[in-house]
Amino acid sequence: MKDRLPLYIFLLFLIIFLLGVLLGEPRDVFQKGVTICLSCIGIN
Amino acid sequence: MERFRRFIQFISAFVANSRLWITPSNPIYTGPIKQICFPGLNCYSCPAAISSCPLGALQNVLASLKMNLQLGKPGLGLYILGSLGMMGAVVGRAPCAWFCPFGLFQDILYKLVPVPKLPFWRPLAWGRYVFLFLFVIILPVFVLDAAGFGQTWFCKFICPAGTLEAGLPLLAIDSGLRSAVGALFFSKLALLMLFIMWSMVNHRPFCRAVCPLGLIFGLFNRVSWLQLRFNRDVCVECHACEIICPTGVSFADGRDDINSTKCIRCMRCFNLCPGGAITVEFSKTRRRSRGEGCTCHQEQG
Repeated sequence: MKDRLPLYIFLLFLIIFLLGVLLGEPRDVFQKGVTICLSCIGIN
Repeated sequence: MERFRRFIQFISAFVANSRLWITPSNPIYTGPIKQICFPGLNCYSCPAAISSCPLGALQNVLASLKMNLQLGKPGLGLYILGSLGMMGAVVGRAPCAWFCPFGLFQDILYKLVPVPKLPFWRPLAWGRYVFLFLFVIILPVFVLDAAGFGQTWFCKFICPAGTLEAGLPLLAIDSGLRSAVGALFFSKLALLMLFIMWSMVNHRPFCRAVCPLGLIFGLFNRVSWLQLRFNRDVCVECHACEIICPTGVSFADGRDDINSTKCIRCMRCFNLCPGGAITVEFSKTRRRSRGEGCTCHQEQG
């Protein structure tokens, strides 16, 4: 069990990642990433 | 290996900031690669950045969490957590040493500025937990405006990487923004100056005392596929590993675990150790020592 712990953790986060992809979260990251949030960097 | 790591750091910083054609009318990259979270602190408002900062993206998700839940919209940050977790499960905190552009910036300041170096006050390492849990999680989720949205507290009030990579370049290319600069930006500029000066006398002070992203990766250090092992039986007690360690991990004297959250997996101790007491393990059964092949089932001290 302990030998395979990194594999299980990787698979758990892979499932979480794929769930996020299926829910369209990369689009949300994209929308925030392509907009300059001036207040987010201390300019407002 | 140190030269190879430095080479990878420069390549990584260039790849993360490889948008070279920058104009005031089109100040940041808006292509599809912005969906990808870069495994390092690299502000996505940087004009040259082609990917997103996972810490900024995570704060944005948490700041919108209440509103998304009320509207029944997905947006729990699973994609970001999954990205970070997969990286952490494989190599732990290694991205800090190998990929992070702000880590490279601190390395350069420490190495190139010839000033006397000072010891780092170890309790400051607890600051990482404060910045992660307070500024990245609690404040964005619970301190909301009238519309129900939180703020990206760490980016807005702390992050010196954002000031260096986004704030200053944006002000340089867009003169219209300069009139919007106020006390907040100057306070962030002062913080950046503080970290620049601090980096000259301490190795990687931001990584050691502040960085929430480094802490997230560091929490995987003890359970990641990549593990460091210390064999006390062959240690010659020269303490070279402690002197060379950029984040001050003191495992030879028992103060820290070799896979502590502080370790950035730069492998300097592994390369330097004269007795070969430090080994790199890629699984629980196969282990690689410096200068030799794989050995099996050596019990560790």
